[in-house]
Amino acid sequence: MSIYLQQLVNMVQLGSIYALLAIGFTIVYGIARLVNFAHGPIFMVSTYLLFFFGTFFYGFVSVSWVVYFLSVLAASVLTAGLAATIEKVAYKPLREGPLVALVVSSVGVGMILEYGVLVAIGPVPKRMPPLIKDVPLMVGEVKFSLASIIIIAVAAVSMVVLSLFIKRSRIGLALRAVSQDPIAASFMGISRNLMISVAFILGAVMATIGASLYTTLYFTFSPYIGDRINWYSFIAAVLGGIGSIQGAVLGGFILAALYVFGAMALPVSTYKDILVFAVLIIILLVKPTGLLGKKSAEKV
Amino acid sequence: MKKSTLLNLAVAVAGLAFCVLTEETGLISNTLKLVLEFIAINSILVLGINIINGYLGVFSMAHAGIMAIGGYAASLASMYFLPSPELFPVSLLIGGFASMLIGLLIAFPSFSVRGDYLAIITLGFSLLIQSLLENIDFVGASRGLRPIPHYTNLIWCYLCFVLAIVVVKRLVKSKYGRSLLAIRRDQVAAELVSVDVRHAKLVAFGLSAFLIGVSGGLLCHLLSYTNPGAYGYSLIVDGLIMVYLGGIGSITGSVAGAAIWQVLVQTLRPVGMWRWILGGIILIVLMIFKPDGIFGNAEFSWRWLAGKVVASGRFFARKGARSGGGK
Repeated sequence: MSIYLQQLVNMVQLGSIYALLAIGFTIVYGIARLVNFAHGPIFMVSTYLLFFFGTFFYGFVSVSWVVYFLSVLAASVLTAGLAATIEKVAYKPLREGPLVALVVSSVGVGMILEYGVLVAIGPVPKRMPPLIKDVPLMVGEVKFSLASIIIIAVAAVSMVVLSLFIKRSRIGLALRAVSQDPIAASFMGISRNLMISVAFILGAVMATIGASLYTTLYFTFSPYIGDRINWYSFIAAVLGGIGSIQGAVLGGFILAALYVFGAMALPVSTYKDILVFAVLIIILLVKPTGLLGKKSAEKV
Repeated sequence: MKKSTLLNLAVAVAGLAFCVLTEETGLISNTLKLVLEFIAINSILVLGINIINGYLGVFSMAHAGIMAIGGYAASLASMYFLPSPELFPVSLLIGGFASMLIGLLIAFPSFSVRGDYLAIITLGFSLLIQSLLENIDFVGASRGLRPIPHYTNLIWCYLCFVLAIVVVKRLVKSKYGRSLLAIRRDQVAAELVSVDVRHAKLVAFGLSAFLIGVSGGLLCHLLSYTNPGAYGYSLIVDGLIMVYLGGIGSITGSVAGAAIWQVLVQTLRPVGMWRWILGGIILIVLMIFKPDGIFGNAEFSWRWLAGKVVASGRFFARKGARSGGGK
């Protein structure tokens, strides 16, 4: 029994990280209609920023939560700036063109980021300084670690804050308006360009928080990490219904459940990738817009 | 016979003569020959991708998985059943038809699923094939297949390349080609003027997969080795770059995209990682200034070339006259 509880905890912490990543992906899609292939590479850049800031701040303070807070803050600001700049340079000139051009451009951005880091820093995996101190906790027979509870808590808080921001604030209202109908929103005096920048910034901040939690879980990272993260966020967002934030969260948890429990149930653990892709394809065949995706009417 | 057809035929025969001469006498260095072979193989791949991503206008990422199937099927065929170079075309056909079956399977989701969701299904399919190959011991799992007999040479590459061009040209000129263009513009409107959308999509996916499969077979027999890692993210991105670089919906564009990208990748080898950064920059700049690619929806023709030659001749003549008058 205890092994299942243990795996449940694993699933929840992995699921909350995937959910954060998928949210970043889905917000950008909802506002800018862009399948952002650069999301994973942006995540990768933010792990490197976290690494540098973490090492840097540990030179001054030794309290780990202060270092964690400061480095996430600093890395978020830089990553958000990077994402907003990328949007202005590589996506904004393409807004009137065909949608595929945007996707191809984001593939190009992803290549530049990934190989830029490879050239600048090199392919050797780095090890993150412990931003969140880990203490094993025993509850009955189940071994929890403090880190996994913090991961889940941080992810939950960021998701709640984000959803409050989108539901209650004026900018959130504007975001929802643009995502529903960009043209009508522009008649109401909402600047689409500004909202797209906001979407990219929110996505980058979510990616940075996700990166801080991901490296707490796995420690090491390399420039190639972006590719896999791209697929994870891509798949989670699409499973739930791309463009919907609740859907992204749901998709993240389904993905984590497939990985964690799939690895337990299958004879060979490498089959779990096959399981995930098979489930993805089947869900999309049955419900072509994802689980919580709205069916958009065909306009003629 | 029309004058342009004759010219095309002459160029094709001259190309074949060049390839035979190269194979027999070693006219050009092996490196250069390898680059030519890569260009031919990738042109076939890009022509295949272009049928779906260009003419039909569906953003598909299935080519990695399809190429894997074609490559593995052809390689297994010549490793176990057809151990002689004369039967190499049969292996290639086996690879092509195996891919075609898979391609037809992917066509079915495209009836109901649209746009970005279809892109994800095709992506999932490619990664699914890769994981499957990594887990099947019979095909060497992640260690890969070796030794695959080295049957591919410049002549085979060239013959397949010419055939692929002819096939795609016939397709585009046919009823199905026009159906594909109509579906790309507006599927609902196409249905209203009684275009059989399902039939056209099945033809497009089947033919596209066949070409991609043949290119996979050629590549495996060229390198004598293949492994599942070769059919992942980098192949997906490479294929997309070549299609959108050269130009969607264009045969000339497919060949140009493959040639430009292969030459760039080979000549920029000394600068290492920088070439991928350069590749990214090229993609972005191209999308900003020419979102349909270099030859987007346009074709090379002798008439076009003649027009250019005449125009540039006039330009230089005028320039000469002007500088002469100034004296």
